[in-house]
Formats: sequence, structure tokens, C-alpha cells
Amino acid sequence: MSDVQNAVERIQAQFPDAIREVVEFRGETTLVVDKGSLVEICTFARDTEGLDFDRLSDQAGLDYWPEEPRFAVSYELYSLQNGTDLRIKVYTPGDDPELPTLSGVWPTANWMEREIWDMFGITFTGHPDLRRILLPHDWTGHPLRKDYPLGYEEVQFSFNVERIDDQKPYAKE
Amino acid sequence: MGITKKLGNLGVVTTTLEQAVNWARAGAMWPLLSGLACCAIEMMSTQASHYDMSRFGMELMRASPRQSDLLIVAGRVTRKMAPVLRRLYDQMPYPKWVIAMGDCASCGGIFNNYAIVQGVDEIIPVDVYIAGCPPRPEQLIHGTMMLHQKVRGEKISDWT
Repeated sequence: MSDVQNAVERIQAQFPDAIREVVEFRGETTLVVDKGSLVEICTFARDTEGLDFDRLSDQAGLDYWPEEPRFAVSYELYSLQNGTDLRIKVYTPGDDPELPTLSGVWPTANWMEREIWDMFGITFTGHPDLRRILLPHDWTGHPLRKDYPLGYEEVQFSFNVERIDDQKPYAKE
Repeated sequence: MGITKKLGNLGVVTTTLEQAVNWARAGAMWPLLSGLACCAIEMMSTQASHYDMSRFGMELMRASPRQSDLLIVAGRVTRKMAPVLRRLYDQMPYPKWVIAMGDCASCGGIFNNYAIVQGVDEIIPVDVYIAGCPPRPEQLIHGTMMLHQKVRGEKISDWT
């Protein structure tokens, strides 16, 4: 069997009740887990011989508004020795979303979780330094949520250009 | 102003002084090394040997705003970068000029959202706008030549 299937079976054997489902789509395997045992599963994936998922390639936040559970975070793991990819996905509900931090397991998760906090508002408990990373530090709101307004400026056509021009704040000097 | 009053009789000399000052200002205008995004690549290639900008006097780009006269805003300006850009502009001594290079600096470009300032002229006063995404080096050179023409038409009293 392939390395990924081997890894999935070993994780399932170790944590039988934490895995909600295993999704396989076009060669990519996703494990949907409970957030309670997320840190243990990731530590097991990193440390066990044969699994060796020593790189967290990416961490992404998802917003499924208006479905519940609203938010999800997906962790893309990669093993440099075996060359295998695995995705671990965790769901969290919409009001007061929080997840345990993985910055103790893989240090890259530090800034990626800061970005997810900045854009989605998902709190990571135990994170050493959770503050905004992409937006100005005094920004309110979390822009990548589905109910955040786009914030665009009205497009100027010939019939409304004077009105928009009058209201636009131009710098004088 | 003061100069024209004193040398009122020598009208010819005053005009030539203005022309001389403007010729000097246009002939050696040092830009600030302020590339922000993709337009900076085009600014770099304009500065390089193929489309040379040093034949227009912009031999070098100063890293410090205190030593530069021209601010070429090359690239999109985010809301986080906007106060920094304003501070850079404030630190430049007079006389100073601004070129808004590219679509994002002129009007926000294709990014019409919460994070990008819709036109850098919301923050600093702009003299020349250059359209393009990114503008080719020829367009940037055309913009600088247009700025030089504007500088030659200025009066000394503009900057006192």
C-alpha cells in the first residue's frame, strides 16, 4: 500500500475515536479530526517512524457561512523523507471559534495562525503572540469572513465622476 | 517676490535665473528608492542600462528621503503602508515632486477593496500620473519628461 494509506491507517489505529472521516479525492487524502485531539494527532504524525510529517506546508482557514460548523482550518502536512502529502482538517463553530495552537509542533504555524486570526478571527489557545500580521494593528473586523463588506469604491463613469470626485479626499500638500 | 523687486530693472536677468534654477532642478532630479510592488520591477528596468534613466539626470536613486527630490510611487499602496509613505513624503525637503506610476498608484488599479488605497493622491499630492499595469519603461520615461517640462515652467515663487 502507499505511504499515505499506511499513514492514515496507523493514525486511525492510534486514535480510533478522534477521526471523523477520511476523504480521498483525486490522489489527495484528507483526515477530518476533532479539535480535542488535534495536537496529539499532529505530534504523532510528526514523530512516528514511517510517517515523518516534518513539514507543515500550509495552513488555511475556511469560512462556510451560513452553514454550521462555520469555520474550518486545514493543515497541509508533507513528509520530506517519504514524499507524501496529507491534509488534516478541523471544524469549529461560528460563535467564538477557537482551536489549539500547533506552534509547539511545527514552528511555522506561528505566523500562519496569526494570519488566520487576522483574517478570520479564529483564536488559537496557547499561541505565544496572537496579533495582527497583515492588516494595521488597530484594524477592527476580520476581512476574509463571508459577511465582511468588500469595501470597494464606487466606479467612476462619465455620469457620476464629478459627484465622486467631490467626495474623494484628495491631499492638498 | 524679493528677488524680482531687487533686480526689477534687470528683468532679463530674473527670467534667466528662473530658467537656470529650473534647468538645474530638472537636470539632476534624484528619485527616492521607493518601489512597492510590481511597478518597481519596471522602474528598476528603466534605471538599468537598456532604458537608461541616468541620461535624464536620475543617475542614482537615493535611499534616504532627505536627499531625494522625486518620489516615484511604484506599486499598490496598502492601508498599512499609507502612513509610512506619508512620512517619507514629509521627510523630503522642498522642492519635491511626485510621480504616481502605474494604475494602482493613480487610482487603485484593479484592486477595488478594503485594503488598497484607491489612488495615492488621497495621501500625497501628485504631479504626474502614469497609466499602465505596469507601465513600460518608455511610458515611465515619457512621464519623467513630462515632469521635466512642468518643472521648467515653474516659478521660483512656487517653492518659497
